[in-house]
Amino acid sequence: MDFSLLGWGNAGWGDEFVRGMLMTLAVATCAFMLSLVFGTIFAAAKLSRFRSLQIIGDIYTTVLRGIPELLVIYLIFFGGGMFLRYIANALFGFEGYIDLPVFVVGVFCIGVSAGAYSTEIIRGAVLAIPKGEIEAARAVGMGTALRFRRILVPQAARFALPALGNVWQFALKDTALISIVGLVEIMRTSALGAASTKEPFTFYITAFFLFLFLASISNRGFQRAERWANRGVRSE
Amino acid sequence: MDFELIAEAFPKLITVADETVTLAAVSVTIGFFVAIVIAVMRLSKFRVLSALAYGYVYIFRSTPLLVQIFLIYYGSGQFRSLLEQIGLWFLLREAWFCAILALMLNTAAYTSEIIRGGIQSVSWGQIEAARAVGMSGLLLFRRIVFPVAIRQALPAYGNELMLMVKATSLASTITIIELTGMAKKIIAATYRPVEVFLIAGAIYLLINFLISRIMVMTERWLNPHLRQRKPEKNLMNAKAR
Repeated sequence: MDFSLLGWGNAGWGDEFVRGMLMTLAVATCAFMLSLVFGTIFAAAKLSRFRSLQIIGDIYTTVLRGIPELLVIYLIFFGGGMFLRYIANALFGFEGYIDLPVFVVGVFCIGVSAGAYSTEIIRGAVLAIPKGEIEAARAVGMGTALRFRRILVPQAARFALPALGNVWQFALKDTALISIVGLVEIMRTSALGAASTKEPFTFYITAFFLFLFLASISNRGFQRAERWANRGVRSE
Repeated sequence: MDFELIAEAFPKLITVADETVTLAAVSVTIGFFVAIVIAVMRLSKFRVLSALAYGYVYIFRSTPLLVQIFLIYYGSGQFRSLLEQIGLWFLLREAWFCAILALMLNTAAYTSEIIRGGIQSVSWGQIEAARAVGMSGLLLFRRIVFPVAIRQALPAYGNELMLMVKATSLASTITIIELTGMAKKIIAATYRPVEVFLIAGAIYLLINFLISRIMVMTERWLNPHLRQRKPEKNLMNAKAR
């Protein structure tokens, strides 16, 4: 094993790895936030009074949790551009190719599949809020928006935080799959390095430790956030 | 929607579905036994053993399965001459072996945590009672701890099984043609991602649906005391009507 390959500059892959790591973080962060958006929308659909919305929410979580992420990635990677072209053609008579940037495809793929897990978590968190608190808020005359902002969100966030930490880990690890469609993040960097130096183990073990590092750091972050969110809660 | 393509792709995909099931079944079966060992190590009094188990679980749960698979399959190539000397190369050059090894190590880490949770949920009173009647060691584990723990852990284990079925799709990245691999092949050849996705996705959902049914049935079978009692017949046709 030749670890000088991991040095800085032209000869080494150190700087490439740092860039790859930043890319991994960027994709994971955007995908995680997108998953919260999807999670909120579909949790609202599942909790709504309308049967049709509930069914849509159920289909989303069942399908996305039951199908491999890789298959979703292939669908969106191969089908996304075609789909947009079809719509653009129908709307503005656009004729040409739409090439979606891999970054956008990656964020969307991971966001959509992590969103299915977020949906269930957010739904559970909202259901965990005692009914009495909502009634109390209503009784003092808070409107829907104010109730949502002051009572529902802060409480639900506190309940959901530990499980959302898992979704973050899940999104972070899933970024590795995007390397298969060509986004240059940690995994792709290692594959390129492995191919050009014939030292696959050196490169993949580096990727392994970089992921371990990112997971450990963000784990700490979530523990802190949990402590912060629970700061007003009495504990025995 | 191209129904001709669906009719053509369906038999191709259904024939490779058993590769997916085999990958999942073999790795989950071996992984289960490894997981028991790790869970017991994790709970042991010996600090070294429990630290080793903790490290194993932590490492395998915080890194992507794809990295683990590549590390085993491609990474082993770097030590080919050494591996040939010890006679392990004939195993590690097989994609199937590497995929199952990685999946097995991965599921063992997750399952061991599930089993640990189950074991910890066994109440002290039961263990003390078993000790009082003279059981100890393996007998106590086999007769008291394990049966209670497994019932506690079953729902979480069902989830793990479904996650494993999904995880087998990564085997397609190291040349194994299972469901996702075949789906990708057909998509690349026909450029009809939606149709292929629908079939492959439906097969995955079917497999996972079957697993969830089996888990519900197993849970019922293992917990006869929780079953709702059938109402007596003459009560059903009560005269009050």
